[in-house]
Amino acid sequence: MNFEFSEEQKLVQQQARQFLTEQSPLSVVREVLERDASQVRIHEDVWQGIVKLGWPGVAIDEQYGGLGMGYLELCVLAEELGRSLAPTPFSSTVYLAAEALLLAGTEAQKERWLPAIATGGLVAGLAFVEATNGIAGQALNMRWQDGGLQGRKTPVFDAEMAQLLVVSAINEAGEPGFYLLETDQPSVRCESLTSIDPTRSIAAVEFSKAAADPMRQDLDFAATMGVIQDRAAVLFAFEQLGGAQACLEMATDYTRQRYAFGRPIASFQALKHKMADMFVAIELARSNAYYGAWSLSTGSDDLTEAACVARLSASDAYYQCSKENMQAHGGMGYTWELDCHLYYRRAQHLASVLGRQAYWKDRLIAEVA
Amino acid sequence: MDFKDSPAQAEFRHKVRQWLQANAPADNTLSRGGMESDEAMREGREWQARIYDAGWACLTWPKEYGGQGLTAIEQVIWSQEVAKFSTRDGFFAIGIGNCGPAIMLYGSDQQKQSLLPRMARADDIWCQLFSEPGAGSDVAGLKTRADKDGDSWKINGQKIWTSQAQYADYGVILTRTDPTLPKHKGLTMFFVDMKQPGVEVRPIKQADGGQAFNEVFFNDAVVPDVQRLGELNGGWGVALAVLMNERLAIGSVAPNGWPEYWDMIRKLELDGKPALEDSEVRRRTADWYVKNAGLKNAQARMLSAVANGGVPGAEASLGKLVGASMCQDISAYALDLFAEMGVCADEQMALMQAQFQKAYLYAPGLRVAGGTDEVMRNIIAEQVLGLPADVRVDKGVPFNEIKAGNIRQ
Ligand SMILES: Cc1cc2nc3c(=O)[nH]c(=O)nc-3n(C[C@H](O)[C@H](O)[C@H](O)COP(=O)(O)OP(=O)(O)OC[C@H]3O[C@@H](n4cnc5c(N)ncnc54)[C@H](O)[C@@H]3O)c2cc1C
Repeated sequence: MNFEFSEEQKLVQQQARQFLTEQSPLSVVREVLERDASQVRIHEDVWQGIVKLGWPGVAIDEQYGGLGMGYLELCVLAEELGRSLAPTPFSSTVYLAAEALLLAGTEAQKERWLPAIATGGLVAGLAFVEATNGIAGQALNMRWQDGGLQGRKTPVFDAEMAQLLVVSAINEAGEPGFYLLETDQPSVRCESLTSIDPTRSIAAVEFSKAAADPMRQDLDFAATMGVIQDRAAVLFAFEQLGGAQACLEMATDYTRQRYAFGRPIASFQALKHKMADMFVAIELARSNAYYGAWSLSTGSDDLTEAACVARLSASDAYYQCSKENMQAHGGMGYTWELDCHLYYRRAQHLASVLGRQAYWKDRLIAEVA
Repeated sequence: MDFKDSPAQAEFRHKVRQWLQANAPADNTLSRGGMESDEAMREGREWQARIYDAGWACLTWPKEYGGQGLTAIEQVIWSQEVAKFSTRDGFFAIGIGNCGPAIMLYGSDQQKQSLLPRMARADDIWCQLFSEPGAGSDVAGLKTRADKDGDSWKINGQKIWTSQAQYADYGVILTRTDPTLPKHKGLTMFFVDMKQPGVEVRPIKQADGGQAFNEVFFNDAVVPDVQRLGELNGGWGVALAVLMNERLAIGSVAPNGWPEYWDMIRKLELDGKPALEDSEVRRRTADWYVKNAGLKNAQARMLSAVANGGVPGAEASLGKLVGASMCQDISAYALDLFAEMGVCADEQMALMQAQFQKAYLYAPGLRVAGGTDEVMRNIIAEQVLGLPADVRVDKGVPFNEIKAGNIRQ
């Protein structure tokens, strides 16, 4: 057993951190934050830089144009992306769409699209959710009829920039399935929405008889959906972890140099215990995330269990760390100018992207009991 | 003991209800924490003038100063009833709730007569100038100076987080009048004309995007000595009296998220069934129901103690301590119940979601305003339970020798 990342993986992490510190500092995140409603909330240059480094293809097989390094490397990148709050469509393209393609794409679809994702800078996304129907919702309203998709998906993350969407829909026989759709057609209408985290792009997408290709027909829809979710849960957990860790570091830095009552506020036990609790929550989440990474990278059959615990503890840890970081900053923490709220917003965004916590709790117990 | 209204109280409640039904909008969509915009300020002023003219403002204040000479009980009844409507009631909690008592306790008779009725009607807006960049929890560590200049004082320094200062006509300000004394001993309180040339107000944008608080810079601002509140160098005692009122005032209006949550959860459907049929939702909801009931009942007890002649004690801190975190957790939970739609902040698209997002975003401010959670717990531990005080490294040290604020190494 070895519960650590390898030296090579740590090197990837260091390089990623360096790149993001230089190319996507919080000033870049803020530039996106301050954009007006007409602008897409994705930072094009940062995304292009990421594409150049080949990150989208890190876990994609060489056979499909990727680097074929594996999921552990992808997890390490996810942690750094989460830490930096980089406003890019990485998660939609890589954790969601690429994995959906791998799992549900026909050979021809994989050969056509995965290389475009791995090295071509193609932005892709997942259109599963229908407003009141979470990712878990079985009652799909999206229809596949006469070779076209009909219906509405909300929210779709990064849809404004996505050229390719994996869409879930019901066919004429009432069976659910996956469809692959190019967005560059008049029958796909994308309406920008505002997220609680304005450094992320979300939209509602309306399909009116939109041309699409059916994906693999021989799949168990629910089971495939489950694997897509589980993989994404592990990868998002690393983003959440990176964000939570950044919050803890902000809090310890700030409280060390702020004086009240003649002493550094970090010397008050109320704050020390707060930060110790943040650390503990992160360590539990980190350990669960590592377990998830291992399970993902080895194709182990306990992925569902590992994904559920990783997701649940990472969501909790990020909420706790982002809100208590604000609290440790006092009035400063409640200003727009300080960065605390960026993490607090991202924490809520990431906690919601894969549906309700209750869904993951039920999924966990159904799996292990 | 009687938690039910006496016949007189029931009669009063009935009258309040009748008036509110005729005069207040009923929908529950107004976000109570939002105090940011000019629009909110206009609505706040309008509402305050309306209730003043109808005789419902500042119920506990003496009639001659614009109140109704009633007890805290009637005030609670008012608050309970008005909470069922969508109004800006309590919008001037800091001015009326804190500055009001400061003037009432320490102002001259002439000042009280000329200032308080205008404050009660929101004809004048008041702000509280205590916190500074280097002195918040440790507000006695403030540096803004007041120097004697004939019959007047000259004020120099910077205040921060001053709510509603951008609209304020007057402010109650705590200043340092003798930096060679230990920090609590050299402070003096005044009220100051905010519209004079030596006062500059710069709005600060909040984490939630709103703009309710400000930085205020004083450059030789002038305050006549008749506007001193309390003794020279006796400002700390005045501040304590005011802060105690703040805790009570905030406690009575602090949003805890419950009314909005209760409204929402009875309408929400999850997977095609009423959310309250889900046993987890049901039990979490019950937990918050219990907490909200505890807050309501604790407040009633506290206020009946006050009505019976007591002063608001340190235990008044608990309302804000419990309510602020509750608001934060309740909104996070509500957003979680909305699943992926919980991220969607467009009001047209998702009104309910947007409302809880607002609460999620202003709750961190509640946990800091008027004394942080940690400071509230210190007060309960030390002043209510009488536990030994924290070791004080600055005790007895002349103020100008104490380290304060942000010190980068
Ligand atoms: C929305 C809002 C409105 C406000 N309105 C006003 C206003 O109108 N007028 C006004 O004067 N002020 C106002 N304030 C300021 C408020 O009173 C201060 O922000 C608050 O007292 C905290 O002070 P600080 O910001 O300096 O934080 P700090 O005192 O620096 O606190 C930072 C952290 O240290 C902790 N801490 C400090 N001392 C201790 C201790 N002894 N033990 C344990 N932990 C400790 C705090 O709990 C906090 O977590 C407002 C603040 C907010 C957020």
